[in-house]
Amino acid sequence: MKLSFSELSARQRVAHLLDADSFTEILDPAQRVVSPHLALLGVPFSFDDGVVIGSGTLGAQPVLIAAQEGGFMGGGVGEVHGAKLVGILRLALATHPAAVLVLAESGGVRLHEANAGLIAVSEVMRAVLDVRAAGIPVLMLIGGANGCFGGMGLIARCADHVVMSDAARLSMSGPEVIESAHGVEEFDSRDRALVWRTTGGKHRFLMGDCDQLVEDDVDAFRTATRALLGVSRPLSLQGLLAEHALLGARLERFGDCQDASEVWQRLGVAHPEQVTDGEAHELRHKRCGNPPEWA
Amino acid sequence: MEAMEHLHYAFAGQRVPPAFQAILVGVVGSGNLEVLLEPGADPARCTIAVTTSARGFGPIWQAVAQDFQARHRLAGVAISINDMGATPAVVSLRLDQAAAALPDAAKATA
Repeated sequence: MKLSFSELSARQRVAHLLDADSFTEILDPAQRVVSPHLALLGVPFSFDDGVVIGSGTLGAQPVLIAAQEGGFMGGGVGEVHGAKLVGILRLALATHPAAVLVLAESGGVRLHEANAGLIAVSEVMRAVLDVRAAGIPVLMLIGGANGCFGGMGLIARCADHVVMSDAARLSMSGPEVIESAHGVEEFDSRDRALVWRTTGGKHRFLMGDCDQLVEDDVDAFRTATRALLGVSRPLSLQGLLAEHALLGARLERFGDCQDASEVWQRLGVAHPEQVTDGEAHELRHKRCGNPPEWA
Repeated sequence: MEAMEHLHYAFAGQRVPPAFQAILVGVVGSGNLEVLLEPGADPARCTIAVTTSARGFGPIWQAVAQDFQARHRLAGVAISINDMGATPAVVSLRLDQAAAALPDAAKATA
């Protein structure tokens, strides 16, 4: 039976994604490693600071895992939260798991902890790249209703692979941020169809920013993730330069488009008007039939 | 900036659960709370420690906690709550959810 990934808490996602009863938490809630900043501001803290980390198995292969709780401060990365992410990544350098899985759901830096959160995000990026350089794949699984934005969006694109559902979103600036900065004429954050066309899993998949597009279903995430265990992408200066060139070319090619649907049309997606209402598996087929330079 | 309110309750109880790992249910989100159940130091009592952003609702917390304990009569359990303005119904629901996750012998049956 289908089990919505998006509707589960971070803790439930970990339990359902990994092999049954295989998860061992590190810094569990009873240890009360909580934010030192929130109480000073009169804001409730959480016993796990909004992120669950630990080890387990997936298809009997050892993995390390982190899952952000979007319900707590929008999954915002504070000092402790970020340190837990860095810690689980660094542990991978010692234990060499088949992958580090990051179930990302975050609006980015937790603004209450501004500087500490910003530093934490850069430390997480550094740790992701260290793990990749050691040949251990870092997989981002994005399927929560809050999406993956800000610093976490940047971190996600530092990983080897991104798996998204069509319910999820991935971007840098969130819709409200864009609207505040540039006006509602530029981007209406309350237009949900527009928001999902621009940042949703389908668009990210068609653009090549996400590698696997799945239904909002735990088993679908599990299957896609299992296939990526042990599959690392080489990390090299040449690779980074090539990606920068690709992003530059993307801007030239699509910079004058007024809407994501125009981008899809220009990409040569068959029946772009059917993208929004189509199922994830139909879209997988659409990208396969397209030229490889943006795959 | 107004500080959080801390409330503490202790109730006599009869039902001591077998050894259990800490249990966490719920999320600290708007109108929601997290409930952490741990083995308590006092085998004759159930303690409830609440940290809440909504100040001034002590009597209602007291009533909800008493109501919970009347249903479950737990002992040797320490309950810690981080609350972000949950309604009494949501608090009761989460407490019951946490109690239901205790090992079987601890489940309250009247």
